[in-house]
Amino acid sequence: MNPHFSLNPVTDFHQLIVYPFMVNALEAGTIVAVMASVVGWFMVLRRQTFAGHTLSLMSFPGASAAALVGVSLSLGYFSFCVVGALAIAAGSRTAGRRDFGQESAVIGTVQAAGLALGFLFLSLYGGILENLEELLFGSFLGITTTQVHTLAAITIGVLVFFLVAGRPLLYSTVDELAADARGVPVRLLQVAFLVMLGLAVGATAQITGVLLVFALLVAPAAAAQQLTARIPLSLGLTVLFALAIIWVGLTLAYFSAYSLGFYVATIAFALYIACRLSRTAVERIGRTTAAPAIA
Amino acid sequence: MRPPAASSVAVAVADVNRREPARLDPVASAAIELGGAAVTVGGRTIWSEATLEIDPGEFVAVLGPNGAGKSTLLRVLLGQQPLTAGTVSVLGSAPRAAKQEIGYLPQRHAFDETTRIRGIDLVRLGLDGARWGLPLPGRSADRRRVEEAIELVGAGDYARRPIGECSGGEQQRLLIAAALVSRPRMLFLDEPLDSLDLPNQTAVAALLNRICRAEAMTILLVAHDVNPLLAHVDRVVYVAAGRILSGPPGQVIRSETLSELYGSPVEVLQTSDGRLVVVGQPEAPHHHSDRHAHP
Repeated sequence: MNPHFSLNPVTDFHQLIVYPFMVNALEAGTIVAVMASVVGWFMVLRRQTFAGHTLSLMSFPGASAAALVGVSLSLGYFSFCVVGALAIAAGSRTAGRRDFGQESAVIGTVQAAGLALGFLFLSLYGGILENLEELLFGSFLGITTTQVHTLAAITIGVLVFFLVAGRPLLYSTVDELAADARGVPVRLLQVAFLVMLGLAVGATAQITGVLLVFALLVAPAAAAQQLTARIPLSLGLTVLFALAIIWVGLTLAYFSAYSLGFYVATIAFALYIACRLSRTAVERIGRTTAAPAIA
Repeated sequence: MRPPAASSVAVAVADVNRREPARLDPVASAAIELGGAAVTVGGRTIWSEATLEIDPGEFVAVLGPNGAGKSTLLRVLLGQQPLTAGTVSVLGSAPRAAKQEIGYLPQRHAFDETTRIRGIDLVRLGLDGARWGLPLPGRSADRRRVEEAIELVGAGDYARRPIGECSGGEQQRLLIAAALVSRPRMLFLDEPLDSLDLPNQTAVAALLNRICRAEAMTILLVAHDVNPLLAHVDRVVYVAAGRILSGPPGQVIRSETLSELYGSPVEVLQTSDGRLVVVGQPEAPHHHSDRHAHP
């Protein structure tokens, strides 16, 4: 049976869940969207998108190492992303505080080293990676139930971290020195956050592919933060956006010939542009109706 | 992190002090005491033989050339920098034990437009940012306290705007509210007037003076220029040439006193509108070297 998109959402939904692989894809997509968006919200606020990008590229050495050693792809992804996170955390502080200049230099170095390692592993492996395109641009066809369970377990772990440490993490993001003076363990939180970022990126890359992780990690948070500066609303919108992106993306990919990565990235990009434009529009209106604020 | 039991005791002590001002108790201990104190950072002695006594409720300006060790003094009082000789006591105990009683406003760069949280969220983090949990709207008592602090600094009009869109003076008031909101007994501010224009410098100095008197709070303010503060401060602590001198502004900022401190001729001139100009003070050899030392 070839799926055909109809205007009846009930029929469409039934068609979507006919195949177990599609149920797995929807479950995995939902789980990853929640985790990636929450981690991404903090990442955008902490200005660590470059770190997120580099960690997503760590999936490449992860995948080639997994092929070389003969372990599961997921294990390769997660271990390299976490090791990359620890390397960035170790190198990116000067005299005990966050140093943005040094941080980006360290991240760039880690990225180059990771890609070189990936190439080395690939040469040692001798063959070609079977699913290179999947690795780079994502796939929803081959997600196993075991993979879904692994993703769920990791997501629960990551969300528990934010439940416990979300507020002090936010404090150290906004005002690290003041947080430090109040006894917030800023150093520990920075390392822990990068590890969470590594886990989220490793999970997201399994759905969106290495190159399109941004669609779920950055775009929802960046779009939501354009719309509002209220923390609960902004977090809520971020999660909603990510869910919308993955659900619409999966549906379109299922009913058409194009890849999931394309849809997910395009929807995310369009969403960000829309939010950006609406913020500009709102500010224009605000400026013409209200007198300019005076310090 | 703030242990609940200890914090409730600390708050109780603070409230008792508020109800019975220190002047009822003639032998009330000093808010801050240094005895023969010295600090060495990276082999260089920043200052030594520093003896200092600051009474509760005093408004104190910490002055001196760049790199003389003003920020180091604050870091010693915050327990972030150990002494190499002598004694230090803050509110009658070791600096680390007094940490929860101190509101601290670090030297900073301004928030730019990409920081998408509101001023009120920043103030709120000053109250509960060190507590574990999620940054969600909390208890109504906390919300009232946040509103009080915002009222106190007169930031009601812009506290709900994204902080990056506030002017430098507005951001500074919100940061002061964030430092005040936990009802500390002392407030340390590291160059809070630095990035402000002259009218805002004067206004913030007057605001701090009002807070100092109304809340019976000891305030230590590091500044480059004493003039916006002259009308308000009770005491000047002058850090220069490896020594620390303290006294009423009129006694310290005098040609004879400063010449003796520097060991070279320094002249203090008074302009017709009462502003003081210090002429001939040698700059410290290591420009800005104390600011980034953060072991």
